[in-house]
Amino acid sequence: MSTRYFGQPIKRNEDPRLLTGRALFTDDVQLAGMLHVAFARSDLAHARIRTIDVASAKERPGVVAIYIAKDLGDFWQPGPLLVPPPPVEQLEFHQRTQVPLTKDKVRHAGEAVAMIVAESRYVAEDALDDIFVEYEPLDAVVDLEAALKDDAPLVHDDLERNISARVAQTKGDWTQAASEADLVISRRFHYDRGTAAALENRGIVASWDAKTQHLTVWDTTQAPIAIRNGLAAMLGLSERQVRVIAPFIGGGFGPKIMMFYPEEVLLAWATLQLGRPVKWIEDREENFYATTQERVQVHDAAIALRRDGTILGVKDIFLHDSGAYAPYGLTVPINSQCTLLGPYIVPNYYSEFTSVFTNKPIVTPYRGAGRQHGVFVMERLLDIAARELAIDRVEIRRRNFIRPEQFPYNNEIIYQDFAPLVYDSGNYEPALERALELIGYERFIREEQPQREAEGERVGIAVVNYIEGTGIGPYEGARVTVEASGKVSVVTGIGTQGQGHYTSFAQVAAEQLGVPVSDVHIVTGDTDLFYWGAGTFASRGAVVAGNAVHAAAANVRAKILKLAGEKLEVAEEDLELIEGRAQVKGAPETAIPFGQLAAEANPLRGAVKPGTEPGLESTEYFGPERGATASGVHAMILTVDPETFLVEIEKYVVVHDCGKVINPLILEGQIQGGVAQGIGNAFYEQLHFNENGALLNASLMDYLLPTAMDVPDILSDHIETPSPLNPLGVKGAGEAGAIPVGALFAQALDNAFRDIGLETREIPLSPNRLFELVMEAKKAV
Amino acid sequence: MQLNHTITLIVNGQQYMRSVEPRLLLSDFLRHQLGLTGTHVGCEHGVCGACTVVLDNEAVRSCLLFAVQANGREVATVEGLSSGLHPEQLHPLQIGFWEAHGLQCGYCTPGILMTLVPFLRENPNPTATEIRDLLSGNICRCTGYQKIVEAVQSGAKLIQEGSS
Ligand code: FES
Ligand code: FES
Repeated sequence: MSTRYFGQPIKRNEDPRLLTGRALFTDDVQLAGMLHVAFARSDLAHARIRTIDVASAKERPGVVAIYIAKDLGDFWQPGPLLVPPPPVEQLEFHQRTQVPLTKDKVRHAGEAVAMIVAESRYVAEDALDDIFVEYEPLDAVVDLEAALKDDAPLVHDDLERNISARVAQTKGDWTQAASEADLVISRRFHYDRGTAAALENRGIVASWDAKTQHLTVWDTTQAPIAIRNGLAAMLGLSERQVRVIAPFIGGGFGPKIMMFYPEEVLLAWATLQLGRPVKWIEDREENFYATTQERVQVHDAAIALRRDGTILGVKDIFLHDSGAYAPYGLTVPINSQCTLLGPYIVPNYYSEFTSVFTNKPIVTPYRGAGRQHGVFVMERLLDIAARELAIDRVEIRRRNFIRPEQFPYNNEIIYQDFAPLVYDSGNYEPALERALELIGYERFIREEQPQREAEGERVGIAVVNYIEGTGIGPYEGARVTVEASGKVSVVTGIGTQGQGHYTSFAQVAAEQLGVPVSDVHIVTGDTDLFYWGAGTFASRGAVVAGNAVHAAAANVRAKILKLAGEKLEVAEEDLELIEGRAQVKGAPETAIPFGQLAAEANPLRGAVKPGTEPGLESTEYFGPERGATASGVHAMILTVDPETFLVEIEKYVVVHDCGKVINPLILEGQIQGGVAQGIGNAFYEQLHFNENGALLNASLMDYLLPTAMDVPDILSDHIETPSPLNPLGVKGAGEAGAIPVGALFAQALDNAFRDIGLETREIPLSPNRLFELVMEAKKAV
Repeated sequence: MQLNHTITLIVNGQQYMRSVEPRLLLSDFLRHQLGLTGTHVGCEHGVCGACTVVLDNEAVRSCLLFAVQANGREVATVEGLSSGLHPEQLHPLQIGFWEAHGLQCGYCTPGILMTLVPFLRENPNPTATEIRDLLSGNICRCTGYQKIVEAVQSGAKLIQEGSS
């Protein structure tokens, strides 16, 4: 039997480079004659620009060029709409996308008004002080509800209202369901803004070589191919004249797939103007304004139930903050809308959202990408319903689960990939039971909690469910080659930001070809090496690119078997591939190394049969018909210090189902990292904007990221329900850890303070905010 | 224009003499003047720990120091921890991180390793709580820290085995 690689906890191929400081990140690119860029950014969130004076800045020694909007001529264009609105019947949509440099009006703090190119970054930043911009301040649009009032200032003057989009989706008949219900519960829920805060800020190096007429761009992007195509079109170059490299990236989490960032188009343009390489590396403060953010939503939601806890319907009307521009269309609020339904049978659903322009940084997907809002609303409604109906909160969930035999399950609305929201497969109850067992739910509620509460402790337990639409199309591709050395190379278009693609893709190829994983060399994120692809987003790398690698590797396997069969004069079924050799089964003396076969498949002289392709190589593409639905359960036990209101997570359990697992070690890491970000989002991280749209905590000193002291050990387990939609049976897992944490915190806190009837309806929380909520609840008792 | 200073220092055992602006950060000096880009920058205000290097046996944040402050002193960066990429060339702590999957994007990793090197010399056998306490000044946005803690423990064990 040959060694199995798929499904093994194999350590990562990329790690030695990263561990020794020898991996190339964008800011590590150093080119001869390179210039450095800094941006003058607006402090005001909403203001008309009267004049910009760059004359004295230009005088400063070391400054090479300064550009403002009018210097860009025809190159000045609003960015493209990345995701057009999906084909939903009731839809209003106003396209407004970001601009490279602000021309007339600033629409959020941190928008760039001028670009400085200098001999060093230090000089470029010095020159910022020499730029004088005269602004006419305008009232800012900050609050979502105020934004929709008739007398609200307008973010985009040419629109009648601050509406970016309005979408309604319907399943069944909510009104009817509500009229038949024994109980209807209505509540308002808030979710506030946070930021992805990847440890590496964004950065771009662009280098135009006039002699070869070729542009090379290193970019911290999750979508190098789309960046190449766009830059070529904008600059009037052939795609073959542009190479975009996404080298190692220090965390992506979504905002690095936004395109085009103004800096991306400006750097590429500037190197063409100047004929010298240019570099811009975002600093942390800029990252708080110039990199996209996520998540203000306000939901007015209702659930209709029968007395026994059966859900009859849900209605949800919400506002979504798109920020100043909406290049990403409706992806985030549609995710909220679709993910709300969760693993439950909801026969009737009415969901309507209004996406609102505000004078705040742009919102695009960040890990979870709106899914956590939907989960929060649904799980909270179920918690409140359970309380009102005196049903255990686990039991009410169990009663409403979609059952295994009901898959594929059609939710009759349209998902972010434009396909109907159909769950491919799932098996929810076993995951729930396993989570209850691991957290010790029954025993905790019966014995431990009452006992500890009697001793004066505040301690709560929570269990929530979620589903995650993953692995959406359109497609990715991969080329697998056996080289003359006998080693295997795999090239794919998608970039990697720490997800372990160098290893998981290698495992997929190794499984087919019978070579050690360390002999599979992966290349990702270089557009000169692979031409086609969409990018790393929506937990799709393993699913979409993984299956492309699988298909290409299977073809190469067939080629090896055919060639070896001919040479050894045996039937292909009698051969096996072991450790980089093809041999007659059980007869190692017949082994032919892959290298030899590769060389023979690529002869330098002589004739080959007509129709023969050279080499042991294959390129394949994979595009799923729709996304694969992963699911899971999180559970935790939480204590609250009655004096300080600091919380401590005592125990955290995750049981998830993302189909077949390529590498459990990498998967665990993804889950743990996701939970850590979820914890940050639930209890530590909040961007505070004042009424003028100024961000008050734009530094890591004031914006609290969870540290090693805040994130607990996570006990995890998994259930495997393969996806029928792809040959590997995998589903995505990149976002699952982060999605349900807000809902989990809320439930645990309510449980800890159930004596005073605490009802947490907002995220993020903090010790301060929790204290206020507890005081309010106490007053109401 | 500010006058440049000439500084002499040892980095990873090698002596360098360079002329630098007084305001040049040590992190920028290491990365862009010496080309030692393994030291990363995540915040430039002393919070994230990505830029940590060892200065005369003490872990320091190179974004909070000027290059001139390293004059006459000895700096160790992540590049000096191993002699190359091959498994047998790696420092035991690096092996620990590799085996326990203690890194994802790897951007925080050099700073974390350089925080740990002097610490483990003083505390060869730390508990999980001590490790978490020490690393509370290093932000990792990817891993959730759990596997980093495991990595440190297995690395510490490997260091002890190696020196016994
Ligand atoms: S870069 Fe020095 S501490 Fe963050
Ligand atoms: S591994 Fe990405 S920040 Fe730590």
